[in-house]
Amino acid sequence: MAALSIRALSKRYANLEVLKGIDLDIESGEFTVLVGPSGCGKSTLLNIIAGLDLPSSGTVEIGGRVVNDIPPKDRDIAMVFQSYALYPSMTVRQNITFGMECRHVAKAEQEKALANVARLLQIEPLLGRKPSQLSGGQRQRVAMGRALVRDPLLFLFDEPLSNLDAKLRVEMRMEIKRLHQRIGATIVYVTHDQIEAMTMATRIAVMHRGVVQQFADPDTVYRYPANLFVARFMGSPPMNTMPARLEADASGPVVVIGAGRPDEVRLRLGQYDAAAPFVGRDVVVGIRPECIAEGSRVFSADPPVVVNAPVEMVEPTGAETIVLLRLGGEPALARITPDIRPTPGAAAPFALDTRRICLFDPETERLIA
Amino acid sequence: MRERTFAPGRILIYLVVSLVAAAWLAPLAVVVLNSLRSNEEIAQASMIGWPKQWAWSNYATAWSGFCVAETCAGIRPYMLNSALVTIPATIFSTLLGAVAGYAISLWRFRGDSWIYGIVTLGLFLPQQMRLLPWTIVLRDTGLMNTLTGLVVIHTIQGLSFTVLFCRNYYTAIPPDLIRAARIDGAGFFRIFWRIILPLSPPILVVTVIWQFTHIWNEFLYGVTFTTGQQQPVTAALIALSAAVADIPQHGVQSAAVMIAALPTLLIYLIGGKYFVRGLTAGAVK
Repeated sequence: MAALSIRALSKRYANLEVLKGIDLDIESGEFTVLVGPSGCGKSTLLNIIAGLDLPSSGTVEIGGRVVNDIPPKDRDIAMVFQSYALYPSMTVRQNITFGMECRHVAKAEQEKALANVARLLQIEPLLGRKPSQLSGGQRQRVAMGRALVRDPLLFLFDEPLSNLDAKLRVEMRMEIKRLHQRIGATIVYVTHDQIEAMTMATRIAVMHRGVVQQFADPDTVYRYPANLFVARFMGSPPMNTMPARLEADASGPVVVIGAGRPDEVRLRLGQYDAAAPFVGRDVVVGIRPECIAEGSRVFSADPPVVVNAPVEMVEPTGAETIVLLRLGGEPALARITPDIRPTPGAAAPFALDTRRICLFDPETERLIA
Repeated sequence: MRERTFAPGRILIYLVVSLVAAAWLAPLAVVVLNSLRSNEEIAQASMIGWPKQWAWSNYATAWSGFCVAETCAGIRPYMLNSALVTIPATIFSTLLGAVAGYAISLWRFRGDSWIYGIVTLGLFLPQQMRLLPWTIVLRDTGLMNTLTGLVVIHTIQGLSFTVLFCRNYYTAIPPDLIRAARIDGAGFFRIFWRIILPLSPPILVVTVIWQFTHIWNEFLYGVTFTTGQQQPVTAALIALSAAVADIPQHGVQSAAVMIAALPTLLIYLIGGKYFVRGLTAGAVK
């Protein structure tokens, strides 16, 4: 059963169209991440799902029921806010039970639910404290406890980790993921952080300018980005995208970067049937940084593709070395093993994984193959 | 290096400050001293002078014996009148202002900023301009020359101030709190009582002090809309000084002024430290 269905949803503020015909179907138990740069409409979409904002047109269905005219409290949802939104004058206990109190849940039942959630989140010792006496991570837990105690059809998370420091963010990320695996809840999670999206989601909806650019599982989004925006947004560093020309010879298509230059790079593609109509035309070629490595790396059984390319800059990160180089005159980033440090200004050999090359139509910016 | 205590600049500062303070405090000193001098003493010497004998009886007379407008019960009944006007009007205007400020700042609705603008516009209208409209209202509602009438006036006019202050205070409250509470199932008034009001003491102290002192000290409406036994103490003080007597009763009058000023003084002493804190208190982080 679809836990959440969004149909042709649009939102306009005066002349500004924030959401343009969103369609999403989210299955029960899925962890869906809405990801995109700020201003892409993801938070507006979440607010509309919650009922805190109203759509200009289109419908929202939760658990098979159209909820457009149903107030937030009756939508069977719970929400975790970026600011946590804990009630400052109430204790942790009161914060968690406030919703049940509003819904007139019996006292004994409230206590039971509170005890369960407190144990699950390990916040039992904090129940008597006020939010101001809690650390950021503890506040985060209490905010989640307030949502969990409701046991709703749908959990909504609005950038819940962006107020935490980097270390705590990673910890909480894992904890939320573990929590999802344990209780099997349906979650819609908004973030601008593509790493959060990749690590936690079962499906990612990448949003940009009020449109869902791609809605797929993380591997698909990463491996086959639907368009240039997704290719450049997901991944850190992002996918290298370079103008190129598609040619073909007897043994298949060849993509040429910097065609006609003395240092042009010719990359033979494997099975790229979808590329056939683009032979002889300009394309945009996308290569992930991890598909460009030091010359000695072996990517596949095929004859390795190694090119000599000038190195412009080297960034050692400890775990790997990021290299800015030029392929056929176009800048590209490579991730190579940490102990190799090519000299900037000189050329060095780089191995390329041609199996994972993406091609985009330069006009529509859509993925060709 | 230790700062030099007797730097010339510093001496000048203290000098100026002392002069300003003296200028401000002189009238108070005259009233305090006169309230402790007998009428004869004031009449023989001058309005300014040190008491030869401490005439504490002035206070007793002012409180319960002095004759104002043909009744000789001192200013006690008028103090009671003032309290009966000031206390309810302060409570009502503060509570209504808090609810209105909460609605305007945290429940955005169509035209909210217009309503806010119109309500606070009342702060800029001179009091005299409002006399005639109030006369008509009090006449038509039958509240002329009643304490209830004054309560109504001060409650409504107080809203300009209380809405302004409460609204500005509440805009610092994160709107996510309201959204979270709405999802939790709380309505407008439950959110107000359980979440907003517990955050409000700093601003409520400010509005209570402000309203109390203004309503207590208010004179124009009191003297215009009430007469005789219905007057608040500020109006009665004038009647007292205008009372025809053989000898001017400066001593008793001064004592009456001191008594009338006491409640606002007490409010400041009790709430003053919260007053400044409330004015400067910012967000609820």
